[in-house]
Amino acid sequence: MIQTSAPRAETDVYFKAPDVAGYAEVPHDEKVRLFEQVKADFRFGDYLYGCYECGICVAACPSAKFYDFSPRRVAQAAAREDVDLVYQQMQEDIWECSQCFSCLRCPRGNNPGGIITIMREVAVNNGLASAKQALVGYSRIIYKIMSTGTQVSPDMLRADAFPDWGPETADVADNLDLWRRALPAETMHTTSSGWSVADKTLVELYLIWLETGALDMIAEVDRGLHSILLELMEERLEEEGIQP
Amino acid sequence: MTIPIEALRRQKATLEPVTDRRSSDDPRAELLELERQGELIVQKIDREAVTVSTKYGREKRIQKAHLWHHKSCGQCGHIPGYSTSIFWVMRKLGYDYHDPSDQTSCTAWNYYASATSNSAAQAAVAVRNFAAAYESGYFPLIHCGTSYGHYKEVREELIRHPELRAQVRDIMAKLGKPLVLPEEIVHYSEWFHALRHEIAAKQVRDMSGIVVTVHPACHYYKLVEGDAIYDPDIYGGQRTAVVTGIAEALGAEVRNYSTWFDCCGFGFRHILVQRDFTRSFATLRKIEVMKEEANPDVVLTHDTGCVTTLDKSQFAAQAHGRNVGLAVLSEAQFAALAMGAHPYRVCQLHWHSADYRPLLEKLGIDWEKAWAEFQSDLRRLENGEKRYLDWDDVDA
Repeated sequence: MIQTSAPRAETDVYFKAPDVAGYAEVPHDEKVRLFEQVKADFRFGDYLYGCYECGICVAACPSAKFYDFSPRRVAQAAAREDVDLVYQQMQEDIWECSQCFSCLRCPRGNNPGGIITIMREVAVNNGLASAKQALVGYSRIIYKIMSTGTQVSPDMLRADAFPDWGPETADVADNLDLWRRALPAETMHTTSSGWSVADKTLVELYLIWLETGALDMIAEVDRGLHSILLELMEERLEEEGIQP
Repeated sequence: MTIPIEALRRQKATLEPVTDRRSSDDPRAELLELERQGELIVQKIDREAVTVSTKYGREKRIQKAHLWHHKSCGQCGHIPGYSTSIFWVMRKLGYDYHDPSDQTSCTAWNYYASATSNSAAQAAVAVRNFAAAYESGYFPLIHCGTSYGHYKEVREELIRHPELRAQVRDIMAKLGKPLVLPEEIVHYSEWFHALRHEIAAKQVRDMSGIVVTVHPACHYYKLVEGDAIYDPDIYGGQRTAVVTGIAEALGAEVRNYSTWFDCCGFGFRHILVQRDFTRSFATLRKIEVMKEEANPDVVLTHDTGCVTTLDKSQFAAQAHGRNVGLAVLSEAQFAALAMGAHPYRVCQLHWHSADYRPLLEKLGIDWEKAWAEFQSDLRRLENGEKRYLDWDDVDA
């Protein structure tokens, strides 16, 4: 591991000193611990092979065009095991990624977007401030996907939620039930989920969230949401006589 | 900063030798080998199929009928005419299908947005859906580009990592289901591409005066790129052939533009909670470039997020006087219109934001008359004559 400290910010244009960074400094060992979790993910070896420093990933990246963000810096920091920079990226950069995977154009076969996926998971699992900040306003989406099995529902289309989507959004909201009943596909008459998901299917989904620890991840970023979801799922499974 | 030679040596020792698997993978063969070893079950293509070529030449078969429709959250929820057009075209061609309620979202939109899940959960969700298709006897057809891309990622992970297979197999056992994957993971746009000449044979509206730009969806052809369909006769085999292939088969003129490789700006979390980025990217890097360089009548694309982003992002840009104002449709809606579908009963264009009416007028469709017909349908629902419209109603 590279051993660095605050003075590094004077010579490294990418590295911010703690007094200007938007996150709290933590001991070096903590950064090492978080990076070890990133490296321990079984996908890490499939996503990182090295870096030619060609910049193709940056040229292809939509987020790099609008933010101070670089998939190349992410790949290089991980390859160099630069735990200070990796930590900075986990606190500042990773949520700017569009997850489009344009960076897979990498001639070396790297997957910077995939590395970011792992880094985000570690940020969520450890309740990092960046994860909590990034997911502000996102609780309803997580509730919807985990509880109904569909991510966005027709009743989310409200003029106050999407004022920038034009007056048609209000038209949809005003006529929602009627317009849904006019759809010819019988699974799509729903308003609170994308389509009609069978009860048995939902129970199976709840078991997956519980068995894989995915539900527990929510606790680190939103304890209230976690409690609501846990109660909902345990109650439903209890009705089915299932002990998770 | 000093180059960390020792760290690089350690890294090199763990990473070498490395082979870039992208051009040599044959996931179908690897799945069949795992099935032979008793590791999993492969759901086979068991009906008539069309053979197409993927990026590096591997043959991929697209089953024509008896398909299990893996629906898309964003399509069904916010642009339902996308889904209904897929169903309608399949019905018009006389191919049977199953629209299941025993299906969840792939949940990948949330995963790519919030990371509040993990690889085991994502794989289990995928396999649960595949098992539901397998139990029904219908072969899965994936509506969403992100579901398609994510499921290909999951398939790669399950093939390469026995520990993940074991974990998912245990979870499936608790659900009373097998670890099963389909012989091919097929996106609906591949079905439209493979059957484009059958679709064109049923065409009733002339598309020859329509100028199209195509936005290829990132998660279709960038994620596990070797599985996407390419054709040497379309873009010289240098871009995916889907969408463009059917637009050309229907007689439309497909025009090029320089930012075709750019994503739409969806961003997964950005489209929901950070839309300043999404709106800027969609309009500045896609819509405005298309207008300036190709001046199309319509943008065609083949994924949930892309239709949503490109369609919904234009309204706010108009307030800034930007050069926007382009109809955005999926190629499924475009093909349905070509086959005579009703713009509201089938294509559900009233759920769209960008103005599609000039396109309908150019196609010779009286949209005011069509809207009045749809309003008449709605009155039947309001006065209790029917609770729901059905497939007979949309072709009335």
